[in-house]
Amino acid sequence: MAEAALRFRNDDPVEEPAVTLDAFLEQAGASAVRIEAGDDPRRLIPQLGRVKLVEVGFPRFRDGRGFSTARVLREAGYDGEIRAEGDILVDLIFFMRRCGFDSFAPQAPLNRADVDAALSRYEYVYQHAADGAVPIWKLRHG
Amino acid sequence: MYQYDRYDQAMVDARVEDFRDQTRRRIAGELTEDQFKPLRLKNGLYLQLHAYMLRVAIPYGTFNSRQMRKLADIARKYDRGYGHFTTRQNIQYNWIKLEEAPDLLAELATVEMHAIQTSGESIRNISADQYAGAAADEICDPRPWAELLRQATTFHPEFSYLPRKFKIAVISSKEDRAALRWHDCALRIVRNEAGEEGFEVYAGGGMGRTPFIAYQIRDFLPSGQIFSYLQAILRVWNMHARRDNIHKQRMKILVHDLGEEEFRRQVEEQFAHFLTLGTDFPQAEYDRIAAYFAPPPFESGLSDDIDLSDPDFALWVDRQVIAHKTPGYAIANISLKPVGGIPGDISAEQMDLVADLAERYSFDEIRATHAQNLVLPHVRKADLYTVWQALDAAGLADANLDLVTDIIACPGLDYCSLANARSIPIAQKIAERFADATRQRDIGELKIKISGCINACGHHHAGQIGILGVDRKGTENYQLLLGGSGAEDTSQAKITGPGFDEEGIVDAVERTIERYRELRTDGERFLDTYRRVGMDPFKEAIYG
Repeated sequence: MAEAALRFRNDDPVEEPAVTLDAFLEQAGASAVRIEAGDDPRRLIPQLGRVKLVEVGFPRFRDGRGFSTARVLREAGYDGEIRAEGDILVDLIFFMRRCGFDSFAPQAPLNRADVDAALSRYEYVYQHAADGAVPIWKLRHG
Repeated sequence: MYQYDRYDQAMVDARVEDFRDQTRRRIAGELTEDQFKPLRLKNGLYLQLHAYMLRVAIPYGTFNSRQMRKLADIARKYDRGYGHFTTRQNIQYNWIKLEEAPDLLAELATVEMHAIQTSGESIRNISADQYAGAAADEICDPRPWAELLRQATTFHPEFSYLPRKFKIAVISSKEDRAALRWHDCALRIVRNEAGEEGFEVYAGGGMGRTPFIAYQIRDFLPSGQIFSYLQAILRVWNMHARRDNIHKQRMKILVHDLGEEEFRRQVEEQFAHFLTLGTDFPQAEYDRIAAYFAPPPFESGLSDDIDLSDPDFALWVDRQVIAHKTPGYAIANISLKPVGGIPGDISAEQMDLVADLAERYSFDEIRATHAQNLVLPHVRKADLYTVWQALDAAGLADANLDLVTDIIACPGLDYCSLANARSIPIAQKIAERFADATRQRDIGELKIKISGCINACGHHHAGQIGILGVDRKGTENYQLLLGGSGAEDTSQAKITGPGFDEEGIVDAVERTIERYRELRTDGERFLDTYRRVGMDPFKEAIYG
């Protein structure tokens, strides 16, 4: 399991290795699961109660399936850690945070100053997502 | 038309700085070209054969004189004095330097313009009926919905790294002037029996190497739920589309592979879920946006008479002027298809002239059309002659709307790194062959569309006569297609047979048209004749 180089949570990281989705669904004691691009995250929803860490694989940064994976889990009420692992560029981090990712294990190290700049560049957002940011339409109408 | 508030402006300004930083990191070598490419494409910057090309968004094809003058300034300052209107109602510049692109974008932002999501695997600039707000046949102005969806789909965090591009169009009339069903998601505003406004929704259309006409997946969607429904469509596609073959990742392939019924079932399932999340924009936000699209202060009691004593003006009125919903006003189409010119090209000086005319005679509104022409949507009939004289003096008064010389063509191998063949010279040669105005009028409506490769940016699948340039053993070869339509009678053109060289394709087009003239009955368009008699009589004329 990849260690998170960037983490936006206050609780202790889960030490248990993440197993495949198929393995997780069979192992009643497991609490960390890895979801690959192409896995259907909805299969995990009935078991969310015992999940402490979801690691979502990004095989190529252009493959955006993992964005939906995080949204689906957050919309199902999951509030544990969702870690993005793989080919993660600084330009993805803002969208990933909005989709509910709260830790990152990029293959190549990210420049922390670039990350901070990316996360503070956009003061407003146009739509609801998993991050609780208030959309512009709501700011307009109070 | 819509005006930015401080939030809209902040979003566009932030994207300029975002792109400036991405460009800096690329030039410093911190980003590889493979990493930079999707990032710059999401901001409309392509690398073509000779230089970078920047595609600037014109949301739903509506813009004003201040914006047009800025586009002219940019053409002079950053390009070679001209711009090129595209089949998505956008404008692109072909001679851009990477290091200057951030400054260009900063200038655009001063007039509420940008290049956000005009390319790449993103939700593209939304297109709409170019006569919106003016057409006599519309239910309502579709642009408030297009603007609402522009905002809803801008920097959407879940759908910014989609499998491929995603194109949306919105209209609100029976007549389709926006090639609706050739889009990934097509929306037509309708009213149900209770008089409520909603959308007919079509999904899975697209051109490219595997063309599909969009299926109707909803006959009535309450309008206030459109963002939920759109997100449902996008999530089904984003989660299930292939990622292993770029040519099979458009949504049309998924819809086709799953089948219309199963795709619809999955969308409806996700839609029910999205409705529980409360992400739809409220009525108050729609109302706020719609207020910007209130009709301009039209004068009442104006005469509908037009003095047609100047015969050249009369011909232009007959071809270029369309009925307006308000008495005394007209919709004036401006041709960007002079014989021998490059379809969609316009010089900076011509842009300034159109801006002046819009400001003085069209309530400061200009429209770009998917057929690569411009429109002054609200001209008093009494002003048409003055407008025509000014256009004529600037070389913008061709009277060829929807005629054989009103050709859609992609940039082709003259500019594009994807192209296999040139498109522009073929368009020019066909236009020159049929330059005679009387002959054009005699032939009547005939929409020719030319693409320089199978990506179909020139809409050849939707051409009444389509031309597709291919590479055949190192030489350019042109295939001829017949019977396509991008209108409400949408159909896909079919290939006639073996292709032609550059001269041969022009001859083949002429033989096709001459056969049509022999076969047509009174009032029958080329497309009607083709549909009545089929391909064979044309094949016989073409291949003998």
